[in-house]
Amino acid sequence: MAVMRDMIPPFELYQPTEVDDAVRLMRQHGDKGWVLAGGLDTFDWFKDRIKRPEAVIDLVGVEELRGISDGADGGLDIGAMTSLTDVAENADVMNRYPLLAEAAGLVATPQIRNQGTLGGNIVQDTRCWYYRSGWPCYRAGGNVCYAATSQSMNREHCIMGASRCVAVSPSDTAPALVALDAEMVVASTSGERTWAAADFFIGPDIDIERMTVLKPGDLLARIVLPAPWEGARWYFEKVRDRKAWDFSLVSVASSLRVEAGMIQDARIVVNSVAPYPVRLRAVESAIRGRAPSEETGQMAGEIAVEGARTLRHNDYKVALMRNLVKRSIRDAA
Amino acid sequence: MAENVIGTDISPPDLRAKITGRARYAEDFRAEGMVFAKLLLSPMPHARVRSVDTSAAEAMEGVLGILRADELPVQSEGLREGALTDEPKYEGEPVLAVAAVDETTAAAAVEAIRVDFEQLPFVLDPLESLREGGPDAHVGGNISAGRGEFGSLKWPASVFEEAGADKLPMGEAAAEWTIGDIETGFDEADVVVEETIVHQSVTHHPMEPRSCMAYWQNGKLFLHGSTQSTERTRGGVAGLAGVEPEDVVFIGEYCGGGFGSKISGSPIMAVPAVLSRKIGRPVMLRITRYEENYIGRARAGFQGWAKMGFRADGRMTALDLYLVQDSGPFGASDLFTAGTVATASYQPENMRFRGAAILTNTPPRSAQRAPGGAQIVAMLEPLVDKAARELDVDRLEIRKINAPGHDGWLGARQTPFTSAYVREALDLGGELFNWEEKKQLSGQRNGTKVTGVGMGLSPFTAGSAGRDGLLVIRPDGKLYVHQGIGNLGTHSIADTARPAADVLDLSWDQVVIVWGDTSKHLPFSTVQAGSQTTHAHTRANHAAGTAMLGLLQELAARELGGSPTDYRVADGRVFRAGNRAAGMNFAEAARRAIATGGKFSGGVVPEDLNDATKAAVAGLAGEGLIAAARDNYSRGGSVYTWVATFAQIELDVETGEVEIIDLASTTDCGTVMHPRSLAAQTNGGVFQGIGMAKGQRWVFDPKWGIPFTKRFYTARPPGILDVPLSPRFAAVDEPDPRTPVGAKGIGEPPVGAGEAAYVCAVADAMGGLCLCRTPLTADMILAELEGRPRPYGLLETHV
Repeated sequence: MAVMRDMIPPFELYQPTEVDDAVRLMRQHGDKGWVLAGGLDTFDWFKDRIKRPEAVIDLVGVEELRGISDGADGGLDIGAMTSLTDVAENADVMNRYPLLAEAAGLVATPQIRNQGTLGGNIVQDTRCWYYRSGWPCYRAGGNVCYAATSQSMNREHCIMGASRCVAVSPSDTAPALVALDAEMVVASTSGERTWAAADFFIGPDIDIERMTVLKPGDLLARIVLPAPWEGARWYFEKVRDRKAWDFSLVSVASSLRVEAGMIQDARIVVNSVAPYPVRLRAVESAIRGRAPSEETGQMAGEIAVEGARTLRHNDYKVALMRNLVKRSIRDAA
Repeated sequence: MAENVIGTDISPPDLRAKITGRARYAEDFRAEGMVFAKLLLSPMPHARVRSVDTSAAEAMEGVLGILRADELPVQSEGLREGALTDEPKYEGEPVLAVAAVDETTAAAAVEAIRVDFEQLPFVLDPLESLREGGPDAHVGGNISAGRGEFGSLKWPASVFEEAGADKLPMGEAAAEWTIGDIETGFDEADVVVEETIVHQSVTHHPMEPRSCMAYWQNGKLFLHGSTQSTERTRGGVAGLAGVEPEDVVFIGEYCGGGFGSKISGSPIMAVPAVLSRKIGRPVMLRITRYEENYIGRARAGFQGWAKMGFRADGRMTALDLYLVQDSGPFGASDLFTAGTVATASYQPENMRFRGAAILTNTPPRSAQRAPGGAQIVAMLEPLVDKAARELDVDRLEIRKINAPGHDGWLGARQTPFTSAYVREALDLGGELFNWEEKKQLSGQRNGTKVTGVGMGLSPFTAGSAGRDGLLVIRPDGKLYVHQGIGNLGTHSIADTARPAADVLDLSWDQVVIVWGDTSKHLPFSTVQAGSQTTHAHTRANHAAGTAMLGLLQELAARELGGSPTDYRVADGRVFRAGNRAAGMNFAEAARRAIATGGKFSGGVVPEDLNDATKAAVAGLAGEGLIAAARDNYSRGGSVYTWVATFAQIELDVETGEVEIIDLASTTDCGTVMHPRSLAAQTNGGVFQGIGMAKGQRWVFDPKWGIPFTKRFYTARPPGILDVPLSPRFAAVDEPDPRTPVGAKGIGEPPVGAGEAAYVCAVADAMGGLCLCRTPLTADMILAELEGRPRPYGLLETHV
């Protein structure tokens, strides 16, 4: 059969207005259904006719999934359908969680941030171009990884966390949310379940066809941010080839609690080096009790890249990750 | 007196429509009974169609017809590209087309077609094809031997062994020319620099893909398309449809970008034209972004080597160049331009150019804004900097030392230039950018950021002669300037009309531009390429304006007495010198011309007009006072424009990212026709060049021969945030003395200037280290700074 691209095939469109209806529809259609948020990931798949669901459940009309409100214990709740622009420009997010505001504000372009949602940015699929081009790889249900051969074009791929698949997580907000110790509230017909952000993203060793814990029928409903550390320092940086409409080559998010010039506590997360945002627990323990200095950063960077395994074209990611981890400690403010 | 319009800012007549969205592009048109076509693309880089089973598709409701390659008047054969083919030579080459009542049905029908392809050997890297036993892009060979024939160029293994991994292998060249004696040149040199350099191929990415719609009425083909040229597109479309040019009406009022990829139509236009004739319905073929990346043309990449010799005073004594061109499946001529352009930068005392253009199974090449020129400028300028450092000569100074003056020359034949205010442009740029102060910042470190400053000087061809102008003064008293040139987005349809208004001393609001539809009687024009338009058509319209002036004077003398020389023309009137009342306005002149007939209203035309112009005049005859003239002005040399761009950048040594802090460009393009538009053209070209230097990619999987950079976000053309908000610009504004208006073209030379300035500034920030490849992405820069393995081999291409 010949291949056709750039032409969305027909599907049944459902536009529920309540979460309950949405999850019922999702359960009803199972793996033949597709949840549509902002569409930035979805429509690429649909246009290429690689993902061809029978039913599309569009969340745009579900008001309770949208908005930012005070949460319990001084935290903040953000509906999954809240636009990235609204996240980046919300006064509470900017004042209390500038790390997230910065990350959301660096996604793609203003137009994409207006249309794209926080939930969509979190659960988006990988951008491995072999996989996105419809090649029958492991992640697509096949039995080979085209990106990891001796000839593959894999500049953007993994230096850690690979397991057969070497694709990376492309999300900008995911590392920020892990660094903020956010919780993901998932709705389904059997009720709500909460996941720590660090556990929400999964690697191919757990399930090679999914980037997150979400299974058919599961809906990411909201993101719960705990109260931030008092006087936290933070850092976010996304290195990319151009300044708009680009995914990260490597990104870093850090949250540091510094007292009397010493790091008391830290959460440091790097993305686009593995199939999931990588929380650097060894680095976090190593820097506790040290000053957030160049030297500490240097040491942290070296620890961070220990065990990195490069592919043919992505050795630079080791240096980039090391340097970004250094900066995330040295330059946190 | 009307104000002289040359040199002032105007709003071109298409601007409002573009801004308000009223402008209709090819895919906005509809015709009674129109249906849609979709293409089936080759899934392999080189294959032969063994068989096609269309039965399931044909059985689908709403499917109206299928078009195969053998039904086209222009068939794919040898180096000739057809719109469809049974032997695809790149992944994505269209094999067949399906027409259906809607696109959904057509797409489903394409998916239902079974094609049995026989895989053939393919090659992506020219150097692989040059190896003995290496694959060829065509069954017939790997180079063009002229006249559509193939040849085979293979180098013995020893050539590759000798070169090693870090130098371009240089076997027998397919093209070679010399100036002076290269060995003597190097003998006379005090400093010699040498590098192997790679420039990538890049897709064009016009915002508007080459969609087209066609229908037939009474044996005539009406085709709506997106092209750079208009009058010159008609013949191309006629050929594609197998009819005579007079049986084609081509409509294309707006073009959403061409950059050399849509010069006079596209092969794919044959599909709706022939399919429409076959099924008896108007056919719309909307080309998608994905398809545009395959069929939308690309710039040819080079794997090159250069060696330069300089005397202690900075003068270039020798330039030795070897370029291997990635020609795609059907050839490209960038290679031949590149060596010539280099002479216009450096005037080397001795030079040798060698090259080989190798066919590959990658999407087709065509001109892309300064084809060959932009690449060679970006490849060679960093070497000039390297030599300047070794010689301890200022980098701006070394360019001035070698730049041509008015006695300069071009290419192997050493033809003279019509004008060359290159040193003036360099001086102006040095002042505008504040080079003397800025160069002191070179290498300064602020935190993790290092400053680099660099510049690039880029020449390119900028004119031609011998086209026709056609003007009509209608009974409404207005001057209608018929423009055969297309509206490719540069304002040239308006700007080249200005000389006619100025010759007639007419205010601009009395001028109507007629363009974009060959049924509107358009004169013979240039193809809109090679930055010819401004030069060629200011000349043609100046000639036509002068002819119109003569006709007005003659008509007035005939009607009102006296001799033609007694009459003046100004403000829409022809009148006796010294007595404005004794005369008539243009409306009256038009009426009298119609009544008089003969040469006044198109009944008799100058013999030297092109046949296309004669036909256009015949179509207009009797509608007003008509003046048509051929540009017979002498030219006397090669018309060239130069752009100098200066860049200040900051390189982050911890990430390899580069930010442009300041950008300034200057040009010698003769008389400034339209200041605002000129600045926009120059800055746009500079940005396009920076895009190639900074990150625009064309990546293929080498094992399967399949490209991945098929979307904007993977190919990464630059965005507005990648360049400074306020790039500065100035023009020398000295008229070219060999053309009546003094104006030369500007479309192409800025590209190489921007690209070279960026590459040189990055090298400057790295202490003069040239990575000698584009794009210079963060990974490559960081790997170098960190002393880590280079991400790609020195000669690796398509990365």
